[in-house]
Formats: sequence, C-alpha cells, structure tokens
Amino acid sequence: MADDREAAPRPGPRALDDDRPAPRPGAVGPAPGLAAVGKPLRKVDVRGKVTGETRFADDYTMPGALHMKLVRSTVPHARLLSVDASAALAVKGVRCVLTGKDFPIAYGLMPVSQDEHPLCNDKVRFVGDPVAAVVAADELTAQEAAALVRVEYEPLQTIATPQEALATADPRIHDYGDAPNVHKLVAFDFGDVPAALAGADQVFEDRFFYQGNTHLPIEQHAALAWVDPDGRLTVVSSTQVAHYVHKALARALALPPARIRVIAPPQGGGFGGKTDPFNHEIVVAKAALVTGRPVKVALSREEVFLCHRGRHPTLMRMRTGVKDGRIVGHSVETVLDGGAYGSYGVASVHYTGALETVTYRMDRYRFRGCRTFTNKPPCGPKRGHGTPQPRFGLEVHLDKICEKLGVDPAEWRIRNAVPPDTVVANWMRVRTTGLVACLEAVVKASGWRERRGRLGRGRGLGIAASSYMTGAGISITFGDLPHTGVQLLLDRGGGVTAFCGASDVGQGSDNVLALIVAEVLGVEVGDVKVVTGDTSLGPVDLGSYSSRVTIMMGNAAIQAAERARDRLAAAAAAKLEVPASRLCFAGGRVFDVEDPARGLTFAEAVQRAEAQAGTVGTVGSYSPPTPTPRYKGGGVGPSPTYSYSAAVVEVEADEATGELSVEKIWVAHDIGRALNPVAARGQVVGSVYMGLSEALMEEQEFRRLPPKLSRALVHQAPSMLEYKSLTFHEMPEVETILVEEPDAMGPYGAKEVGQGPLLPIPPALANAVHDALGVRVDEVPITPHKVLAALAAPDRRYGPAAFPDVPWPEPLLVPPPWEGGDGKATNDRKRERRLPGAKP
Amino acid sequence: MEAPLVTLQSGPREKLRLAFAVNGEERELLVEPYKTLLEVLREDLGLTGTKHGCELGECGACAVLLDGELALSCLVPAVECGGRAVTTIEGLRDGPELHPLQAAFADHGAAQCGYCTPGMIVAARWLLDRKPDATRQEIADALAGQLCRCTGYQQIYEAVESAGRVLRGLPPLPPVVAAVHGEEPHGR
Amino acid sequence: MMRLPRFRYLAPASLLEAVKVLGDLGPEALPLAGGTDLVPNMKRRQQTPANLVGLRGVAELRAVSGDAARGLTLGAMTRLAEVERGAVAAGWPALARAAATVATPAIRNTATLGGNLCLDTRCSYYDQTEEWRRSIGYCMKREGETCWVAPGSDRCWAVSSSDTAPVLCALGAEVTLRSRGGERRIPAADLFADDGIRHLTRRPDELLTAVHLPPVEPGQRTVYLKLRRRGSFDFPVLGVAGRVRLSAGGTVESARIFLGAVGSRPQEARAAADFLVGRRLGDEETVREASRLATQIAKPMQNTDLTLGWRKGVAREYAARALRELGS
Ligand SMILES: Cc1cc2nc3c(=O)[nH]c(=O)nc-3n(C[C@H](O)[C@H](O)[C@H](O)COP(=O)(O)OP(=O)(O)OC[C@H]3O[C@@H](n4cnc5c(N)ncnc54)[C@H](O)[C@@H]3O)c2cc1C
Ligand code: SF4
Ligand code: FES
Ligand code: FES
Repeated sequence: MADDREAAPRPGPRALDDDRPAPRPGAVGPAPGLAAVGKPLRKVDVRGKVTGETRFADDYTMPGALHMKLVRSTVPHARLLSVDASAALAVKGVRCVLTGKDFPIAYGLMPVSQDEHPLCNDKVRFVGDPVAAVVAADELTAQEAAALVRVEYEPLQTIATPQEALATADPRIHDYGDAPNVHKLVAFDFGDVPAALAGADQVFEDRFFYQGNTHLPIEQHAALAWVDPDGRLTVVSSTQVAHYVHKALARALALPPARIRVIAPPQGGGFGGKTDPFNHEIVVAKAALVTGRPVKVALSREEVFLCHRGRHPTLMRMRTGVKDGRIVGHSVETVLDGGAYGSYGVASVHYTGALETVTYRMDRYRFRGCRTFTNKPPCGPKRGHGTPQPRFGLEVHLDKICEKLGVDPAEWRIRNAVPPDTVVANWMRVRTTGLVACLEAVVKASGWRERRGRLGRGRGLGIAASSYMTGAGISITFGDLPHTGVQLLLDRGGGVTAFCGASDVGQGSDNVLALIVAEVLGVEVGDVKVVTGDTSLGPVDLGSYSSRVTIMMGNAAIQAAERARDRLAAAAAAKLEVPASRLCFAGGRVFDVEDPARGLTFAEAVQRAEAQAGTVGTVGSYSPPTPTPRYKGGGVGPSPTYSYSAAVVEVEADEATGELSVEKIWVAHDIGRALNPVAARGQVVGSVYMGLSEALMEEQEFRRLPPKLSRALVHQAPSMLEYKSLTFHEMPEVETILVEEPDAMGPYGAKEVGQGPLLPIPPALANAVHDALGVRVDEVPITPHKVLAALAAPDRRYGPAAFPDVPWPEPLLVPPPWEGGDGKATNDRKRERRLPGAKP
Repeated sequence: MEAPLVTLQSGPREKLRLAFAVNGEERELLVEPYKTLLEVLREDLGLTGTKHGCELGECGACAVLLDGELALSCLVPAVECGGRAVTTIEGLRDGPELHPLQAAFADHGAAQCGYCTPGMIVAARWLLDRKPDATRQEIADALAGQLCRCTGYQQIYEAVESAGRVLRGLPPLPPVVAAVHGEEPHGR
Repeated sequence: MMRLPRFRYLAPASLLEAVKVLGDLGPEALPLAGGTDLVPNMKRRQQTPANLVGLRGVAELRAVSGDAARGLTLGAMTRLAEVERGAVAAGWPALARAAATVATPAIRNTATLGGNLCLDTRCSYYDQTEEWRRSIGYCMKREGETCWVAPGSDRCWAVSSSDTAPVLCALGAEVTLRSRGGERRIPAADLFADDGIRHLTRRPDELLTAVHLPPVEPGQRTVYLKLRRRGSFDFPVLGVAGRVRLSAGGTVESARIFLGAVGSRPQEARAAADFLVGRRLGDEETVREASRLATQIAKPMQNTDLTLGWRKGVAREYAARALRELGS
C-alpha cells in the first residue's frame, strides 16, 4: 500500500492574508503522498445503501408509536376564525388534536424572518399552511379524522404573482417587510453604472424569466419524536441541518436546548429542500410531549411540494455597456416570487446579484433585488441558491452580445475571465480560478471551434460558464462561532471515531470525513467510524448546503486529526526514541522515515499516548476567512473560494414541434482536488442532470380558477407524474472533465462540486437552441411551445415582455476596489457591517 | 348490505390471512385489506429496505419482484399476494457477500443518497436475470420507471453493465473517473 | 404514506362467482385487475368503492386463444407486458407498441388489457388528492358542480387516456362483456361514450372478459404514435392509431383512424379515413390533407400536460408522421 504513493507534497490548508487562524500544519515532518485522497474508493456508507440497510427517517419506528396527520388550509389567504376538532376527536383511535393555540411562539430560519407558526394562529397564507394536527393510533385513522376537522375562514384577497404583490397595499400577507407584500428590497451601486453605459460603444438590454422549481428528493420528509426516559425530547427527522431543527424546537416549544436531541439520519436527497426547520417537525415533537408517546409523521408527496422552499421564480432585467469588447457597466434587476414566508429569502434575493461579478471582468456593477410575498408555498434554497436565475440571464445575454459583436462566445469568455487573486467590483475575493481551463476543456472536448454553427438546421451547440461558492463566508444564524466542528476519539484497538454534526444528504460527506481523518492518521478509511447528524453526539455543523461541508468540515477534520497525530507522535517518539519530526503515519503504523522498520502499530501508538496523558480525544473547528466586502449585505456571496464550471450542450431541435432532445453535454469543473474521483464525477453529472431537468421541464406552477368564481390558488401538479423530471430516456451522455488546481483554502485543495456544475446547463441549452434554430427562448424551462412560439414571433424570441415597476430604495454606494474605497458603503457609515460575523 | 358468497372475502375492518414467500421464507400474517404490499413489507415485516417516494406508482422506489416480475409494491394490495413469491432488496444477497449488482453500484458511484437504490437494483436484477448482456438502450428501457434525483443515471448504466459482466463470468469494469484537464483519462 | 381507504375485499375464484358478486353488489363494487389505475385513484379518494372484487383468481380471464389467421382472443386479465410481445407484436404491431408505451415497465408487468380499456378518464382538476380537490371546491366529475375546464359546460370533458383503446378501435376489435344475465360482444369502439363521467357503456354489473382481435388481412398495416412529454411514465396527450389495408400496388383499400387523448373517448377520424381510400400513402399531398382532416375532430382541452395551443398546433404534424409511417 505504501509503495505506490506519489511523492507530491500534501498541499495542506493555509491562510492567505486574512485573520483566520491557520490550521496547524502538524508536528511531524515528512509529508507522505496521499493514501486515500484522490482514490476511487467505495464510499464508507455505501454498503448500507446498496443492501437497503441504511435507515432513513421513515425507516425509524418506536414501539407504541402514534401517527400524526396535519390538517392543511384549503384556502390561499384568509383570517383563521375557528378550528372545530370535535368530530375528529370522536373518532375511535384518535388521541389528540393540536391547533394554533398550542403554538403561540413564531419561529423561522433567519433571525430577521421569524414569521412562521408550527400551526397557523391567526391567518393562513397559502393552500397547504397547516392549521391543525390529528394524532391517532395509526396513520389511516389520523387521515380519516383529519378530514373531519372543521375550519372556518374569513377569506382575503388572493395575491398570486409578484406583480399583484407590488400592486396591493392591502391586505398584506405579513405585517413586516420593506413595503406592503414586499419582503425585501436591496440596491447597490458599485460605481456609477448609468455613466458607464452612457460612455459605452453599445448598450444591450434583455429580460429573462426563470420559472420556480422544486427539489423533488425521492425521499419524502418524515419525523419521529419521543421523550427519552431521561426526559430528553428526541426528534429523528429527514433534515439537512439537525442544528436548525434543534434551534427551532427550543424556540417554538420554549424548551431548554440542552434537553433536546435531534438526529438527522442520512437523507434520501435534499438539494436544499430539507434545510429549513419545518412545522411538522415541531408539531410532532409537541405531540410527543402532550401524549407521552412516540409520535411519527410522514409527509405525502403532495405535502413535500407544499413544504417547497425551492427555486424562486425570478424575473430579471439586465443591461450591459460594452466598450472595445469589454464590459464597462453591468446592471441586474431581479424580482423574486417568494411565496408565503421568509425562509432564506433575504439571502436568496442577495444571491440573485452577489455572484454576477466573479466570472467576467466588469468595471462597474449595479444590482437591484426585490422579493415579494405571494399566497403560495414559500421559496427558499435549492441547489445553486439564488444564482442559477441570474446565471441563466447573464450567460444568454452574453451570447447575444457576442453575436452582435461578431465574436466567438467561448473566446470572449476566455478573454474576459476574472484572473486569480482578484477582488471584483462588488468586493468578493476570487482566489484561484479554473474558469479559463474549464472553458478551454469543453471547447476542446466538444469540438466547439469546428462544429458550432455547422451542424445543420435543427442541431446546435451552446456554451456557458459559471461559478459557485465553496461554503458561505458568513453564517445566517451565528455571530462569531465556528461554522463546524469535528471531534475525534481514538481507541486502544486503533479505531477512530469521528463525531460531527454534519449529515449526509447523499453528497458523500460521511465519506469525506472518514477519508480525511484516515489520510492524516495514516489508517485505513474503514478504521474510521463516523457519527454524524446528531446534536447530542457531535459538535455543531451548519448543515449540508451552500456546498460548505467538504471545505468546512474537511478543514475541521484535518485540524482535529492533526492534533491527534501530534499526541500520538509525542508518545511514539518517547517510546521509539526517535524525534517526533521524523515520524511518519501511514499504513496503520507510526514509524521512523529513516528506518521504517522501527515503529509502532497505530493501536500501540494510541495506547502509548493514552498511557502518557489520558484518553485520546481531540477537536477541530473551522471558521471561514473574514469576507472582504464590508458593506451591509456584503455577507452574502463571499466564500473561502469559488469553484468554476463550463459546459457545452448539443441539442437536436424539432422545428415542426419545438421538441428538444439533448444529445450530449460536455462539462468541466474546477474542483481544486477531487477527494474521490468517482464520487466527484457523480456530483458533477448529478448537477448537470438537475440543471438540464430544470432547463427542459421542471415547473412549480400554480393554478388559479376564474377569479369571478373562486379565490382558489393551488399547486398545478403536486405529483411525481405531473411534475416532470428527466427519466433515463431524456438524460444524455455527460462527458466530465475535472480541472484540478488545488486551492489553499480547501482540505487537500478541494473545492465544492455539488452545485456549481448545475449552473451553466440552462443557459448553455438556451444558447444551443439558438444555434440550432436561430431563436431565443429567454425563459426556463425551455418547453416545446416556447420554441414554436419563438419560431413564429417576428423577433424570433420568446420571453418576458415587461419588467415591473419596483419602488427601489436609495442604493448603497460602494465604489469598486479600483475606484478607491475600502469595501464599505460611502453613504451608510453607521450601518457598516460589524466584524467578524454580524448578521446579514 | 349482505355480502354475497365468494371464496374469499373480508369486512372493511377485518383482517385477512396472508401467506406468501418473502425472500424465500414462508410468511403468514393477518393484514388489513387497505394495506399495500409496500406497507406490509415495511410495517408488518420490518423490511424497510423497500422505499417509497409517492405511493402512486410514479417513482419506482418501491419496486420489488413479484413472482420474478418487476412490480410496484405501492400499487399491489397485500391481500392479492397470497401464495406468491416476493423478492426485496434484502433478498438479493445470500450471506455477507454483496450481489454483483450491489457491489457494482457501490464501486461505480451509482448510489449517492441511496434512496432510489433498492428499487433501482431490484429493477436491474429483473433485467439482468433475463439479459445479462443488456445494451444501454435495454437498460434505459428496463429502468425507465425508476426516478433518481442524484446521479443523472450515468453511473447506474455503468454499474449495471459491470454487474452484467460479472454475472456472465467476466471481470467487472473499473469505475469510470472523470478526465482530469490536461491529463489522459484514468480508469477506463 | 398515502393509504387506501377501507373497503371490503372479495376474491372470486371463478368467472361465475365474479359476475355473481358484481350482480349482487352493482355500483357498490368495482373490479380490481392490475390496480395500477384504481389503486392510485382510491388513494386520492377519486374512487371509493365499498367493495373491491379482485380478479386475480379468475383463471378464465387470462386465457389467450387464436392466431393471426383466425383472429386472437385475449382475456381481459392479459398483462400489458404480454401484449407487448409474442403473437400480438407479430400480427398487430400497433397494439403491441401502444401497450409498450404505457406507463413504466413495472406497471406494465401488473397492468391488464381490460383495465387499460376501462381506465378512468383523466383531468388535471380531477387526478388530485382529496385535499387538493377540496381546495378548488371539487368539480362535476366528483362531489362538485362546476367543470373547471369549461365552467359554462354541463358535461365533463375528462380525457380518455388509454393507449390501447384507440388502437383497438382502429383495428376493429371487439370486446365481450359478461354479467349474471349473459354475455354481449360489441365493437371496441362501442365500449366508449363521449362523456367524461359515464365514459364506458359497461354496466356496473358487467365484467369485461375478453378482447377479440380480427384476423390479420393481407396488406394490413397498423400504426400507433404517442405524443407525450417523456419517454416513459407519461400518459398520452395525443395518440394516433391507424389501420389500413393496402392493395398490392400500394393504394389504400380500407382505412380506420382513431385519435386518443383528445376527447372523452377515442375519436374516429372518419373523413380522413374515407379520404385515404383509393389514394396512396406515399403521396405527401395525400398525407397532408388526411392529417388535416384527421385532426379536425380533435377536441383537446386545457386539462392535460403541455399547453393546449401547442397540442392543437402539433396534432396535425403528428398525424402526418403516423400516416407516413403507415405508408412506409
Ligand atoms: C404512473 C402511471 C402512469 C401511467 N401511464 C399510462 C399510460 O401512459 N397509458 C395508459 O393507457 N395508462 C397509463 N396508466 C394507467 C394504468 O396503469 C393503465 O391504464 C393500466 O392498463 C390499467 O390496468 P389495470 O389492470 O391496472 O387496471 P385497474 O386499475 O385494475 O382497473 C382500472 C379500471 O378498470 C376497471 N376494470 C379493470 N378490469 C376490468 C374488467 N375486466 N371488467 C370491468 N372493469 C374492469 C376497474 O374497476 C377500474 O375502474 C398509468 C398509471 C400510472 C400509475
Ligand atoms: S373535465 Fe371538468 S368536470 Fe371533468 S374532471 Fe375535469 S374539471 Fe372535472
Ligand atoms: S412509491 Fe413511488 S412508485 Fe411506489
Ligand atoms: S441516489 Fe439519490 S435518488 Fe438516486
């Protein structure tokens, strides 16, 4: 095992020029090659997944468990007058019925949007808002009784669209927000964009629409709650962030956090849809407290659609001034349909502008964002959170600009790529970037130069590129606490247990944890037992989203493992009478590099360390570097490092019907380093799949009945059959290329891989459709009727005709770095962000 | 109304006797007529390896073999399974060794979150039982009722192809890893 | 987990027993074949029969007899997976193709031909859960008054979405219905009625026992083209089924064309079929005119997947493609 190692030094994490404490490089000297990192090993948790032994939330049961069913609002907007549960309570087998009265305290994900009640108190805000919960001996009885709960409503006007939200001052869906029925308005000027446009050779303007869509994990949400014999409330739930559920339970149920334990088993997919704390999780916990029995809730597929928190439908207007082929000014305005609650919305709206700057050079940048409330299930974070929409707009906008300028869109992108180590117009810091390498890779692999425009009518190639965060620079709930922690326990048999609050949503985080610990300690990956997703058994981790787990948990794991290694090295050095700096940890041994026969087994080293100074347990934690933006709102977008992707899509378009068939996709992703090349490729292809599925068919669409006859506003297709997603038949072959340029910020140089490769797919498809048929569909999804409509339109375009009037607030003025300034707003001295980790 | 005379019947709240073979073992239990095979497997027999994502026949997660044929356990009332043989993911392997399909799914990264995986593997088994040298088109046709949200299906093709080889006595395919920019692709 | 409502389950062991039970229970009972339509509908509480009569034990319903020369009789419980292959595929390829495009492989292994013909009509306001339908105040097909697809209308426009139904109509197949009182054999096309609610002429006490395919004639060509969003799972939003008999020289001697999924029953495109007789399918003008005539009768409504305008717009193109295939 030890012989075929590469000699390359291990690029350990290291601070650049910020104030982050650098993880210690480790006391032992010679760095071996990599034993586990970069190898196509089986994931540590995969066996249970292929045998069916992995227990997902709904696979948990408790003897004597009761079952709960939520009664949900059947009207989109109303005052809640009364809830009469008497008929339900009379059903044999029903144990109790909970209503809003049992839940006086509001909760919410972000500190600034505590706007949800576990069961509605005074109002319902969308069809699906829960108003009562029936607890019974079995699920069918609970369901039957739930149908008997009588709810009296006083209907209010239905607000179905952002346009209606902007035009309606009364009634208001919430009594907070930046304007009536407007949750959040943001406005930034990074330099004077109107002046830049006035001085440009050409100014381009486009409007785009990106339809909402949902995560559709195959696993539906489920939760089981009980009170442990020791009095601790325990909740097992299919959540991506056990810690947020823990916080929400403590708040909404007014319980001491120390008496709550949340367990997040592996999730059967999440994609962001299981990051909010959900009402059913809190209600089921309350039901367990009230009945003194374990209580289970398992949501139906329709209910999962109602939980939603998916992609915000977003209307966009982009304006760009070009001079001598470069962008002198770029303006983005977005209007997001937020649905009925805040969720992550404040972050989401910022994200529709925050990463616009990190791919191509632009001198000045202007961003306006608006999130409205409507009577629909709340939107929130879905893979790529807030960035696929403006990325679609920007990349299609650029394709059109390149067409007008007569330049090859791939060449233009390569020429204008943001160079490494740049602070861009809105003060985000780009460290390493593989953008150019990604573009060159897909151009080469796809035969772009030879084939584009030459495939004949009906067949086309399109290109797009993108960037995504590797973990957010600022957490949405914390001040100065670390974003993650890892705890290690080494036992006398040489086993290592790694504890971390992170939970595995399928992206492979358990594997990453085991892999990194094994790598540092020189043991086999299988010797590391991971214990994750349990608030009582591991330090806090802020969850599986924002592509943050690998970098954050990974760095914390390195720190914890290196601390353990130091202890073992000290003890082994004493025993072997060799300086610690000469010791090497590899192959399950600790040995003298100069005399490899002289050594201890790993287990012996642990025993020596234990004899020397007691039980071997260490901790590591991670906080991202202090972000460079210092203006209010600049906390959304900074990341320790950005990943980059590029894709070329080849499409076959049927001119007679508008139907599209995607033939092949080439994608390149700047991953820093692939910790596991099989898993990394899987994440890339999975992201491409999801991007393509959104681009071709996914739609979270709502149905309104004729307003004269009804106020109804319902989800059009809350089923897996009618909410269309790609099957084996529609998914083309994907050729994946990884660009490996290890980034100093990442563990072993790794960047994110789970989200970024989604981003270039929708715009690359739109650009390919243009190459095939000469039409522009400025909307996602690109469905056949839109293609036909574009073919029939005089301007050969299908897309939004107008952009609504939005009462934009006075913008924050933040000069870009090259126009002076320090990352603060010049007109907001008092409100500048407090450092290090103020709330966004 | 008086129930007419037929060979077998139940009242709406009565349980019926169900005797069938699950993963080769004879099972006998009383079930409510409203329960589907999925519910009986998971809730009455504790075989939670079979998953569910819709309970309406729209996702494939609940697939099992019923008398050797691929079927959706969420659509079959359990009382219709008397005398039949059911194979679930738990019945795929016999002993500690993984079935070649399970091994291939593990090696090729074909299980990410792993939630669609039991249904996917059972469906693939149904295919390979009849056609161990299935082409990509045949794999797509056979697995077209299984939705996966994680993998983009590509690694599933590769795993099924590799397992098919093993079942034919050939060595497995090495897992495909991505080409690294500037290098020749390693693996295959 | 979505659950079935409670019901009484009956499992007759013979055809005699089955029709007796249905006769006794009448509208209180529904036959359960593969259950791939009925079970989801019951879970969504669209159909809530007090009694389910499981047909699994009725061996007579599985019988298959005949051949291409004499015609083929398929028991109603013949599974779609069997219809896809074998004798049907050889003699009546359009029927095999229609069966092969239904839903997904696992469903086709369970679903039956009889169930496919008796499939409930579909509508995006109706194929929804109880809670969803309550949120729109229900609709005429069940528990409500208004038809939301056509609020002024006094009928239901739910869509006949069976893939095999238009093909069997085009083939001129017949079906046998059996009740306690006896048996009747009718053209498949007469099984269907143009009403989203009473879409079958089958009486509640009748069981569909068999489907009879007519003998394969020399020069016979059949086609089925299905329009839908994805390559599996999806119901048709248009099905074009055709059968022609061509002379040795290639002129059309007889033709029958039915469209599926554009009305509450399979729609016969008689004008198009009549127009084809005496003409040649290789002639593009003929194909174009016939497809225009064929799609005139389509009445798609805004209650399926994909937009109404698009479905109307491409129907002719799809009909033309089907006719071209017949001629090739
Ligand atoms: C996800 C999904 C996708 C689908 N896609 C398609 C599709 O693309 N095309 C398509 O055509 N169908 C589709 N279906 C519907 C269904 O699977 C098929 O129509 C199937 O053929 C129904 O047959 P069954 O035996 O399962 O019928 P069942 O569900 O058992 O019965 C259907 C109806 O027919 C009645 N019935 C059954 N047998 C008899 C009989 N012998 N005599 C009298 N009445 C009888 C039942 O009482 C019931 O009302 C789909 C279903 C699902 C869940
Ligand atoms: S067509 Fe009209 S009445 Fe019929 S199911 Fe649809 S909405 Fe209801
Ligand atoms: S659970 Fe989705 S098909 Fe059975
Ligand atoms: S592996 Fe997650 S759904 Fe397929």
